[in-house]
Parts: sequence; C-alpha cells; structure tokens
Amino acid sequence: MSPAPHTRKGRSRRPKVALFVTCLADVFRPSVAFASLALLKAAGCRVSVPEAQTCCGQPGYNSGDYRGARDVAKRVIGMLENADYVVAPSGSCAGMIVKHYPSLLEGEWKERAQALASRTWEICSFLTDVMPLAAVDQAPEAALTRRRIAYHDSCAGLRELNIREQPRRLLRKRAGVETVELEKRDVCCGFGGTFCAKMPEISATMASEKLRDAIDSGADMLVGGDLGCLLSLAGRASREGIYLEFRHVVELIHDQRSKEGIGASNANETDTQ
Amino acid sequence: MKQTSATFLQNAHEAMLQPQRSVNRQQLGTMMPQLRDSGVASFGDFDALRSHVSEVRTHTLDHLDHYLDSYVKQATQNGNEVHFARDGDELNRLVSDICQRHEARKIVKGKSMVTEETALNDHLMAEGFQVTETDLGEYILQEAGETPSHIVGPALHKPEAEIRDLFLDRHDLGDRELGDAAALVAEARGLLRQRFLDADVGIIGANALIAESGYSLLVTNEGNGDLCANLPPVLIVCTTLERLLPRFEDAMDLLRLLARSATGQPISCYSTLYSGPRRDGEEDGPLETHIILLDNRRTDILASDYREMLHCVRCGACLNHCPVYVAAGGHAYGWVYPGPMGSILTPLLTSLEASHDLPNACTACGRCEEVCPANIALPDLLRDLRQEEFLTQLTPRRWRLGMRAHAWLLTTPGLYRALTTVAVRAMTWLARGRGSLHRLPFAKGWSTARDCPAPESATTFMHQYNSLRKSRHGR
Repeated sequence: MSPAPHTRKGRSRRPKVALFVTCLADVFRPSVAFASLALLKAAGCRVSVPEAQTCCGQPGYNSGDYRGARDVAKRVIGMLENADYVVAPSGSCAGMIVKHYPSLLEGEWKERAQALASRTWEICSFLTDVMPLAAVDQAPEAALTRRRIAYHDSCAGLRELNIREQPRRLLRKRAGVETVELEKRDVCCGFGGTFCAKMPEISATMASEKLRDAIDSGADMLVGGDLGCLLSLAGRASREGIYLEFRHVVELIHDQRSKEGIGASNANETDTQ
Repeated sequence: MKQTSATFLQNAHEAMLQPQRSVNRQQLGTMMPQLRDSGVASFGDFDALRSHVSEVRTHTLDHLDHYLDSYVKQATQNGNEVHFARDGDELNRLVSDICQRHEARKIVKGKSMVTEETALNDHLMAEGFQVTETDLGEYILQEAGETPSHIVGPALHKPEAEIRDLFLDRHDLGDRELGDAAALVAEARGLLRQRFLDADVGIIGANALIAESGYSLLVTNEGNGDLCANLPPVLIVCTTLERLLPRFEDAMDLLRLLARSATGQPISCYSTLYSGPRRDGEEDGPLETHIILLDNRRTDILASDYREMLHCVRCGACLNHCPVYVAAGGHAYGWVYPGPMGSILTPLLTSLEASHDLPNACTACGRCEEVCPANIALPDLLRDLRQEEFLTQLTPRRWRLGMRAHAWLLTTPGLYRALTTVAVRAMTWLARGRGSLHRLPFAKGWSTARDCPAPESATTFMHQYNSLRKSRHGR
C-alpha cells in the first residue's frame, strides 16, 4: 500500500484538504459546509475552499449529457488535484468523483481522474477511516440524547463508497447519539437527482414510504449524509404535513448547529420539541 | 402484446391509484428481498459463484458460433428438430406450422417469457387453436385477459379475492366454497390436469441450453412444464440464443444462482433436463420434439455496447429490489419485461422511441446491480441509454437545453456564483420566514409532489465564507 499522501517521504505533516462544498450545501445549507470546515480542522487538517468550485456535474451526467459532464469533470479535477485529499459532505458528490469521473474520461485525463479518486472522501468516512476525529470530553447534549434519531443511508454513499457504520460511529462518539434503524434502510428515498423532477409522482410515493418507515421506527429526527435526500424528504414531509426534523449528520457531530432543521419554519423552535 | 411503454408515466399514475395493489407491491418489495437474502446467505461464497458464471457467460458469447454449432449438432443427433427464427413472427409461424402438420387442436403451454415477447398465444388463437397456459399465474392471467406484471410471478399483482371472483365467474363448477389459496390452487389443478391429458402439443421455454449434450434445462415450481413436455405427443421448446452454456456443470452453477436470486430457494422444485423425443423401447415422452431458437435482435445486442444484457438469467431479483418497480408496478412498463432489466431490454428489443421513459425510471440507487446474479451493471446501461436519448434528441428539448446550459454554467464560476446569489435571495424572499416554498418557479417537476425547503440563510456559503475571510484579512 502506498503511504497516505500527507505522510509521503516519511514526513508527517498536517494534510492539505480541499473542501468540496457541494452545490446544495452552498445554496440551501451553508451551516453544513461551516460544520465540515470546523470538523476537518479539529481532525488536524489544513483546509482550503477552492474559490472556483461549482458542482460535480452529476445532474447532466445522469441525464445522459456525457459531453457536458466531461467538461465539468475536467475542470473539477484541475481545480482539486493539488490537495492531499478532497472531502465532500455528500456520498453522492464524492461518489461521482470517485466512481464516475474515471469511467467517463479517457487517456491522460482518466489517469488524473483515478489519482484524484484515490484521494477523495465523503466526510464521515474521512473522519473515521483517514483522519479519525477524537471523541469529545464533555457530556453529550441532552437536547440530542433525548431525541430518537434515525440515520438515512443514501444510496451513493452506501453502494459506491461503502459508507455504513462510519456516520453512526461518529454520532455515537461525538454526540452520544445511538441511532435507531429503519426497517428498509437500504431502500432508496426516491430523490435520485433529476429523477425526482422527471417522475415526481413515483418519486413522491417512494419518499412517502421512506417517511412512513422513519415514523414507524419511532424517530423524531432523520439524519443523513446527503442533502439531496434530506431536502427531498423534508419537502415531501412538509407537503404531507408530517412532523420530522431533518438534519445533515455533520450538524450533529459538530456542536454548533443552526436552530432549525432542514425546511423547518424560522418561527418554530424545533430544538425544544 | 400491445406495447404501452410510451405512456409509462400515465400507466404508473393509474397503478398508484389502486390502494390494494399498491399494498401488495410494497409487501412484495419487502418479502422477496428477505427471501433472496436468506437464500444467498445459506450458500457461502455467492459472489465467487456469480463471478465464475459471469466469466463462463462472457466466454460463451465470445465463442457463440462454436457453442451454437455444437448444441445444434448434439440436439439433432438426439432426435430433435432445431429451427431458427429471426423475429417473433417467424417463431409464431414455425409453431403454428408444426401444429397444423399434426392436425393439432389443443395446446398446453408452460411459462415462457419468450412467447410473451412474440405474442404467440394471440397468433395461435387467431389460427383457431385452443391454448391453455398451465403455470398457475399465467393461467389466472389468461382467464382474466391480463398480462404479466412480473417475469417470475406473473400474477403477483392480483389479490387473492380477485382470483376467487375470477374462478367463480369463469369455472362452470356450480355453487361452491373457495375458502383459501389452497382451495383456489386445487381447483385450477383439477381443471388443468384434464387439459394436459387432452393436449396435442406442448410448448415450453428453457433456462439453459447445454452445448456439449444438446440438452435443455427447464426449472419450474409447479411441475407444469414437465407435464407439458411429457404428456402431449409433440413438444416445442421456444427459447433464445443467449441461454447457451458450454457444459452440464455450467448449467448447474446457473441453477444455483437462479433459484436463490429469484425466490431464495436452494433449487427450484422441478429442474428437468430434456434430451429429445421418446427412444425405442421407452414408454413415455413426446414422439416428436422441436427446438426453436429466436433471435429477435439479440445478435444486434451481441454486437452492441449492451452485450452484457445477454447475461441476464431472468430471475426477477432486480424487479423485486427496484423501488421504482415496487412503486409503479410491472404493468406501467407497458411490455413483457418490467423493472431495471426490462427498462434496458424493452428499448433494445422494441425501440427507444417507443419506450423513452423507461431508462429514466431509475434513481441510480444501485440496488439492482448489487443483487444481480449475472453481475450486470444495470444502472450504467440505463444511463448509457439516457445518453442515446440525449444524442438522438429523444430527451425533451427543455431538458437538453437545460442540461447544456447547466454544464456551461458549471464551468463558468463567476456567472454561477452571481446566479446562485440571486436564486438564494429570491427563494428566501419567496419563503418569507416559512420553512418551505409551496411552489417553485421554473421547477414544476419538483413542486408538484413536494415543497421546496427554503435556504437556511439569504446568502450562499461561498458568499459568507469569502466575506468572513475578507473581514479577517482586513483586521
């Protein structure tokens, strides 16, 4: 096995991590990106936020626009390949870089894509498998430990990157949270990127099944590693009038979080429920 | 079978309006994966077995001419007549010609998706033959005038009560109680038994064709295939080229994968090898046997980038594990093969124009690929079909232009930044402190079925981050 990028030449130093913010965190949930920054620093990384980043190009790729996706992929590779690691608060975007960029590109670009793929991580797996985050000293927050929190495995994280136990372990270690499990934890929530806009009715049926599963588990908060799933589920819950709090997992393993869950009204004090 | 794949969304809409059937589908989507998992867990190294079979399949397709030659030679030597059919019409004509030659009137059929593909029943009935489907599910559908919704359990969409009403209506057996499922099965069994005895011709499919011996393998759980094959004087096996495997042991490996993936069984209840017609001195078996090998665009698939689709063993695991299939039901797909495998096969065997929604009926969740016993990268093939749609302009113009503009925007960060800044401000203003937006301009697809959570703050992360850095540097 080759040495980790930050310990090459036998010299250990703080690794240089580029945070891939993801378009959804940038627009809908800046606190997810701020929490990611803080957690990466706490784990001993030097973190940069490349200025020119936009999105990984997955919507076009999954809609069959391979040419457009190649253009985007090349830009992302050029922008990120100088970092020791690239970390994203999303299994789906990290999966795009890890699994799909190399298969999309040819020749020299394929090699660069593969090199980047080998250094790209979803944040929970990075903070568990690469730069382990220490447990916190203080007692876990009562506001969290008295909640019933379920973890939603997003498909890309689960199947493309084998992320299963890492977020649960971090929640236990950092926030004192024991997650409850959904009965159909390996079934898609119906988001599927552009799928949810192309086939809204089928997508909503799948989302409703996932919400029912979450309610049946007794959970009052659903936490996940991908904002796509969470925004879609929160939007469906709002439409159905279902009360559940939705949060990205980094919001819980970092101790400062925005007051409201995803899609919750500013007027509601959801934290105290 | 009339194809309605072009109206997939409308078909799905209608299916989702039926509460009882929706509940049935959800139960199927829970139960079948559990059965499959326990079947696979009891095996040991299932992954090693599927890699092995996948290699064998690749090898067989790479040398198809060789194995086909060997199969035909052996099968002919065993006394079978082997025919080739270029398309569905040719297969149907071959079958009716054989039936006419024997002055047959009554035909019994085992379950065969290939003959669903060619709409053989419609053809034979139009020619005046009496055809009886003998697989219980297919029999129910034939009586009800419906089409299969699943490739393994064709009538899984029908609740028990509907089947009871159907039997009471269709079977002229007077007043009687049809208490439970067992009573329904017993009644169908009694009626079908006479049909087997009366039949002039039996038609079955095949799960594997063995090149070294010219044998064909058929698996069923009801034994109806064996009765179709052994009681009537004439047997016709309708199958396709890609069922070929080199050796007997390859077929046994396939059997292990197939039964576990389909129903979680270690082996199907009836697994039979057919060699050919009755030989001198034997007391039973058909007097004459025919094997029809259907192409129907399979050699085109062989020469295309979708070649690995010919590895499909028709176990139905990808259907059972597909949340879109479970939500929309098999009929929504509008042809013979539903679910992930059907969303690939339907465009390839019919046309992409007639089924352009199907490759989009996928969230790329990857659960089908995970359980596929043939290791087929189903989500990748579906995405490749979407690329074909994009290139051949089958993707709606609005989407194509949107995606092109999106790709351009993503490679133009300055403009991207400016637009996201405006979008976040607009959404925040529209939400006015509420958590979500009920309607979203330019995103009808999203807002028909769900609200749009409002952005957490009125500025993007990048904006906030850059301001923070600037103020720190300024100090």
